[in-house]
Amino acid sequence: MMTTRRSTKYGLRFIALAYLAILLFVPVGLILYRTLEPGLNHVWQEITTPAAVHAFWLTIEVTLIAVPLNTVLGILAALVLTRSNFRGKALMDTVIDLPFAISPIVVGLSLIFVYGQTGWFGSDLADAGIQVIFSVPGIVLATIFVTLPFVVREVVPVLIEVGDEQEQAAATLGASRWQTFRRITLPSIRWGVAYGVVLSTARAIGEFGAVSVVSGKISGQTETMTLLVEKRYGNFNVSGAYAASALLAVIALITLLGMTVLNPRKDPS
Amino acid sequence: MIAVHGISKRFGDFQALNDVSLEIPEGSLTALLGPSGSGKSTLLRIIAGLETPDSGRVVIAGEDTTAISPQERNIGFVFQHYAAFKHMTVRDNVAFGMAIRKRPKAEITSRVDELLGIVGLSGYQDRYPAQLSGGQRQRMALARALAVEPRVLLLDEPFGALDANVRAELRAWLRRLHDEVHVTTLLVTHDQEEAMEITDRIAVMNAGQIEQNGPPRELYDKPANRFVMSFLGPVATLGGVMVRPHDLRISSDPSDGAFEAQITRVVHLGFEVRVEAELAGGESVWVQVTRADAEMLEAEPGDIVWVSTHVDAGMMLDAGAEGDAPVA
Repeated sequence: MMTTRRSTKYGLRFIALAYLAILLFVPVGLILYRTLEPGLNHVWQEITTPAAVHAFWLTIEVTLIAVPLNTVLGILAALVLTRSNFRGKALMDTVIDLPFAISPIVVGLSLIFVYGQTGWFGSDLADAGIQVIFSVPGIVLATIFVTLPFVVREVVPVLIEVGDEQEQAAATLGASRWQTFRRITLPSIRWGVAYGVVLSTARAIGEFGAVSVVSGKISGQTETMTLLVEKRYGNFNVSGAYAASALLAVIALITLLGMTVLNPRKDPS
Repeated sequence: MIAVHGISKRFGDFQALNDVSLEIPEGSLTALLGPSGSGKSTLLRIIAGLETPDSGRVVIAGEDTTAISPQERNIGFVFQHYAAFKHMTVRDNVAFGMAIRKRPKAEITSRVDELLGIVGLSGYQDRYPAQLSGGQRQRMALARALAVEPRVLLLDEPFGALDANVRAELRAWLRRLHDEVHVTTLLVTHDQEEAMEITDRIAVMNAGQIEQNGPPRELYDKPANRFVMSFLGPVATLGGVMVRPHDLRISSDPSDGAFEAQITRVVHLGFEVRVEAELAGGESVWVQVTRADAEMLEAEPGDIVWVSTHVDAGMMLDAGAEGDAPVA
């Protein structure tokens, strides 16, 4: 691109920035503006109502269950996909992407078919005193499902690129499988894992579709932040919806910032 | 000592090793020499425990290790592409095996410094592998393998990824290192010059089998078959026999048993001169002569000369069927 003319260069930059501005900065900025319009005091009141506080902590709780679980299982699945050979490996590779392909609404409905009152083991679970659908376990399940692929998809290419020679070298030097994983494999994939965790977290906090179907939206019980935003907006409490949205946006920004702070500390290589 | 008995290994339809038996004497530096796909790396990885043989046994220092994991074999393994632990410093790389064995900190530090001195990397303790050259990384990998005081040292094409001049330097260095450390060493290579230069013994492999096993001189002078002869050095064919080009004589006068030929090309390679000629039947032959001999002969393309074998000095094989016996 040495010969690119200045006007072309700035033109391209302008188009890219304008695109981002129209689609991203303007709407998000507008939400923040509208949120702050009635004053900080009002915002504070809207996000500290009992329902909002509960929704906030429920969202955090669901995220703290789904993300670590998918991180551990995601690393395991990535190792299986790259370091072993078995029948059905290609199928497993495809199935992991299903949550990307399937609409979240369909995910929610399928969970109801399986765990709902008239579902496959819904009545057995009900007899055991466990309610999945219209309850927190259902929300957790839906969130796990939609965030499943992120860690796997981030870690697999890194594992392929790193190769398995370092692991073999560690084995010849006497390291057990666990020692090799902890001292060699994990440090070499840590950026992939970190990025997968950030993406999973962002998605877990922001998930709406699948959670909306299985939660039952009981205020103070099964209402997450995204559901709260929707309810407030539907009830013409626009400033309340903006306040809750702004809080979601701030959590997302903090997650992304954490990523940016982590990322530049790369290996000296 | 390392011994393998009746090792066979298949990868799908490919027979990588076919009933291979070999003994590597204690304290020796032995090469597994062969073309790519001959099974030499597979045999090395089986000795290390990184591959499992379909049948046969591996015995290291008198202990049957066939069913033992690589972790417990107490071997040192050096990979072609170094397999450096990229996120660790040179010190941590070399210390890895000892740290796994939970040796005292002070012992690890002094041993690492000692080994880095031996491999010529003193002062590099706090560098990362990415800050080293290829040759330095491979020397670090050697120090790492030696740190656990292995019973045997296994090297898989250790200089294959390096520049020609670094390679020559490192192999001379490896020979000196072996003379100091004396650990039984098995080196996989496809470079016959490398094998001839630094090893005590060479096992020549081809198509999953060992063709011949012995000291380099013996293999060069008394090859068991055509494959070994042509793999270990240059070969010319004259009158239906294979012969080394430096065992051919070229003369401007006819003599008994000499073949008439016309010179097609004379190549000066410093001390050595290659004379290429075409025999009466259209067959081509090349002769390696010294610069002085070439000047005496005044060889020019187009000249008619007589080529003969210098029988008593050399080694000849019938250029006929595979696996035949020496004729001289």
